[in-house]
Amino acid sequence: MEIIMIILAGILVAAAVYLILSRSLLRVIIGTSVLTHAVNLLLLSMGGLKTGAIPIYGETVKRYVDPIPQALILTAIVISFAITAFFLVLAFRSYKELGTDNLAEMRGVPDDEQ
Amino acid sequence: MHLLQLAVLLPFIGAVLVPVFYSYMKRLHPGIVALIFPVAAAALLIISRLSGQAESHFAWMPRLGLNLDFNLDGFAFLFTMLITVIGALVIFYSVHYLGRREALGHFYCYLLIFMGAMLGVVLSDNVLSLYMFWELTSISSFLLIAFWNHKEKSIQGALKSMLITVFGGLMLLGGLLTLVSITHTFSIREMLTMTNVIAGSPLFTVALVFILLAAFTKSAQFPFHIWLPDAMEAPTPVSAYLHSATMVKAGIYLVARFTPVFAVAPLWIYAVTFAGAVTLFWASFNAVKQRDLKGVLAYSTVSQLGLMMTLLGIGGISLHYHHDEIFYMSIAACVFHIFNHASFKGALFMVVGIIDHETGTRDLHKLGGLMQVMPITFTAAVIGALSMAGVPPFNGFLSKEMFLSSMFDSSESALFNPVLVFVLLALVIIGSIFTFIYSVKLLKDVFLGERHALPKEAHEAPLAFLASPLILITIVVVTGLIPNILAPMIEAASSAVLNKPVDHLHIAHWHGINPALLTTLTIFVLGTLMVLYFSKWKSVYKLQPEHWTFNTLYQSALKNSEHLSYKINHSVIAGGSRLHLVLIFGTFIVLTALALLFAPTGFGKWQLADIRIYELILVIIILVATYMVVIAKSRIFSIIMLSAIGYSVGLFFVFFNAPDIALTQLTIETISTALFLMCFFHLPKLTLYGETAKFKLHNAAIAILTGLSVIVIGLIAYGHRYYPSINEYYIKNVYELAAGKNMVNVILVDFRGFDTLFESAVLGIAGIGIYTLIKLRYRKDDSNEQTEK
Repeated sequence: MEIIMIILAGILVAAAVYLILSRSLLRVIIGTSVLTHAVNLLLLSMGGLKTGAIPIYGETVKRYVDPIPQALILTAIVISFAITAFFLVLAFRSYKELGTDNLAEMRGVPDDEQ
Repeated sequence: MHLLQLAVLLPFIGAVLVPVFYSYMKRLHPGIVALIFPVAAAALLIISRLSGQAESHFAWMPRLGLNLDFNLDGFAFLFTMLITVIGALVIFYSVHYLGRREALGHFYCYLLIFMGAMLGVVLSDNVLSLYMFWELTSISSFLLIAFWNHKEKSIQGALKSMLITVFGGLMLLGGLLTLVSITHTFSIREMLTMTNVIAGSPLFTVALVFILLAAFTKSAQFPFHIWLPDAMEAPTPVSAYLHSATMVKAGIYLVARFTPVFAVAPLWIYAVTFAGAVTLFWASFNAVKQRDLKGVLAYSTVSQLGLMMTLLGIGGISLHYHHDEIFYMSIAACVFHIFNHASFKGALFMVVGIIDHETGTRDLHKLGGLMQVMPITFTAAVIGALSMAGVPPFNGFLSKEMFLSSMFDSSESALFNPVLVFVLLALVIIGSIFTFIYSVKLLKDVFLGERHALPKEAHEAPLAFLASPLILITIVVVTGLIPNILAPMIEAASSAVLNKPVDHLHIAHWHGINPALLTTLTIFVLGTLMVLYFSKWKSVYKLQPEHWTFNTLYQSALKNSEHLSYKINHSVIAGGSRLHLVLIFGTFIVLTALALLFAPTGFGKWQLADIRIYELILVIIILVATYMVVIAKSRIFSIIMLSAIGYSVGLFFVFFNAPDIALTQLTIETISTALFLMCFFHLPKLTLYGETAKFKLHNAAIAILTGLSVIVIGLIAYGHRYYPSINEYYIKNVYELAAGKNMVNVILVDFRGFDTLFESAVLGIAGIGIYTLIKLRYRKDDSNEQTEK
C-alpha cells in the first residue's frame, strides 16, 4: 500500500508543479493546494501504514498506528491553510490593483540602465 | 617608539596635520609644511641606518600574523632614500606647480599617505603588512591620478590604473598567502632562509605566478603597461613621483625581494627576463610616436622598468648556479639603474611640467625652439635626456654599459641557448636604439627648430621652480662623474637582494674595448641616423592598425564583461517568476539525478501494509480529480475538483486510523473551498495564458520529472530504516505522564506544545495579514500613507 501511496503523492506533486508553472495566478494557487495534499499524504505514508489501532490510549490495545506523523500533519494542515488564505487574498488584491492575473505581465520594475 | 616606526608613521601624521593646518592658515602654502615630514623621515632613516638600528617589531594583531615588522636592509634603504628625498623635492616643486585655487589640502594629504604607504612597502618584513601598504599605494595613487576629478580623462585613467593594480594586489595577496601556507611564517626574512622548503613544495609554481603577476601589473610590464600612459592625467609632480621614481618600482622591489626564493626555478628567470626585454622593446618603440611630452616619458618609464626587470632576471641566474658570480654584476646594474632612473626621470618629468606650465602646452608638434628662451630648463633637459639615452659621462651611460655587458654575459649560462640569447640581445639592442631616438628627438622637437605660436608667452621659470629638477640633475652629473661614491650603497643593496655578500664593486667609465662599448657606439650611430631621417621611416608606425592596441583590448574586455553581466542579470532576474520556478525545480531534478548516478542505493526492504479495495477506489478518485484539475478550463470546476482531492485525502486519513487529522482536513477543506469560491467571485475568469503546445510540453516535462524524483526519493527512503521510531515513548507515557488518552492531542499540546504555539501564531499573523491587505490602502498620489475608508 505504501508504494501506491508514494506514487500517488508523486503524481500529485507532478500535477502541482504543472499548475504552478502556468501563467495564471489562480492555477498557481490551486497548484500549491494540491502540493499540500501531496506532502501530507507522503508524510503519512513514510511513517508507515501498518495497521494498528487508532492512537487513543486503551488498556487492551497492543499496537497503535504511529501518532507522530499525525501530529505533524495536523500542524502542517493548519499552516498551509493560513498560507493559502493569505495567498488568495493577496491574489485578489493584486488583481484589483494591477488589473491582471497573468504572471507574465507582472514583471518587475523597468530597467535601470540601457 | 622605534625610529623606523616613527619614520613610517611621520607621513601619515602629516597627511592628517597638513589639511588641518591648511584650513587655519590659508596664507602659508601647505606644501612648505608638508616638506617637514619627508625630510624628517629621511633623517630618521639615515640615523637608524648609521646607528645600526635596522629592525623594529610591533605586535599589532599577532594572532593573525599581522605585525608591523620593519627591516631596513641595504636594498630597502636605497628605496627609502628615493622615496623620502625625491618626495621632498617633488613637494617643493609642487609648491610652485599647483596654484592656490587647487584643492591643496587634499593633494598633500594623498601625497603623504602615498609616501607613508610606499615606505611601509619597502620596509615591511611581514607579508600581511606588505600587502596592506601595497594596496594603500594603489588607493592613494588612484586618488592622486584623479586629482583633477572634473576631467573625464583623469577619472578614466585613475579607474584603469586602479583596476589593473588592484588586480595585481590581489594576486600578491594570493602569492604571499601561498608562501605563508608553505613556510608557516609571516616574515619575509624567515622565508628567505627556507628556500629549499619552498622550492620543494607543490605550490611553488602557484606562488611564483601570483607574485610575478603582482609585480608585472604594478611595474607596468607588458602587457599590463597600459595603465601607466593613462595615469599621466595626474598633476606632473604626481607623475614625477609615483609614476617614475617610486610606485612603479614597487614591482621591481618585489621581484628583487623574492629573487632568492624563486630564482631557483628557470621559469622565474625566463619570465622575468623576457617580460622585461619585451617591455623594454615595445615601450621604447611606442615612445617614439607619442605626441604628448608626458606620453613619451610614460612609455620611456615603462621601457626602463623593463630594463630593470631584465637585469633582475639575468641576476637571478647567480642563485641558480652557485658558482656564477658574474651575474652579481647584473643585480648591481639593476640597483644602480633604479637609482639613476629615479634621478633623471624625476628631473625630466619636472622639466616637462615646467615647459607645460610656462608655455601652456605639452604637444610636441606645437613646441619648438625653446632653447634660447628657457636656457636653464634646456640644460637640465639635455642632461636628463642624454643620461636616459645612455650617453657618457652621465650616470645613465654607466648603468647602460653594465646592462649591456650583463646581457652579453647571459650566454655564459646553461639556461640560455644561442637562440634565446639572440632574441634577448635583439630585443634589448633595438629597444636601446629606440631609447636613444626618443630621448634625442624629445630634445630636438622641444628646444631646437623654429618657434610656433604658443598659448602662453614662453619665458624661463623662476629659480625656486627649477630648484628640484636642478638638484636631481646635479645628482645625475655627480654620480655620472664619480660613480664610486655610490658603490657602498649599491654593494649593500645587491647583497640584500641576493642574500649573500657582494663586494669589491667598481664602476668605471672605461672598461676597455668590449662588446658592450661597441654596441653602445653602434646604438649612438644608428640612433643619430634614425633621428635625422625620421620622416623617411616614420610610416613604420602606420603598420600597426589604429585599433589593434592593448588599450582597445582592455576597453572591449571591460565593456564586454559589463555587457555580459548585464545580460545575465537581465535574463535571470527579469525573467519572471516562472523562470525562477523552472530553475528551482530543474536544480532539484538535476541534483536528484546526480545523487542517483553517483551514489546509487537500492530500494531497500519495504515493510508493506495490505492493499484494501476501498483504498484503491479512493486512489482512482484522486487520480481522476487531479487530472480534471489540470485540464479544467473553468473556475468552478477546478475548485470542485480541488475539494474532491481534499475530501478524498480526508477519507484516506479515516482509513489510516487518523481521526484527528481527518476531522481537521475535512473542516479546513470546507473552509478553504468557501474561501476559494469567495475570492474567485472577484477574480477574473480562469484564462490559460499563452498555453501553446510547446509551453505545455515544457511544463509537463518538468512536472513529470519532479514527480518522478519525489517518487524515487520516497521509495528509496521508505526502504531504508536504520532506527526504530521514537513513538514507543509517546505511546507508553501518554497516560502516565501527560494524563491524556488521545496521543495526537497530547503530542500537540503537551509533548510538543511549542509547535502548536507557533502554528497558532502563524494563523494569527495570516489573519492580521489578510486584514491589512484588505483594509490598508496606499496610493502613489497620496502624500502620506493613510487608510482608505
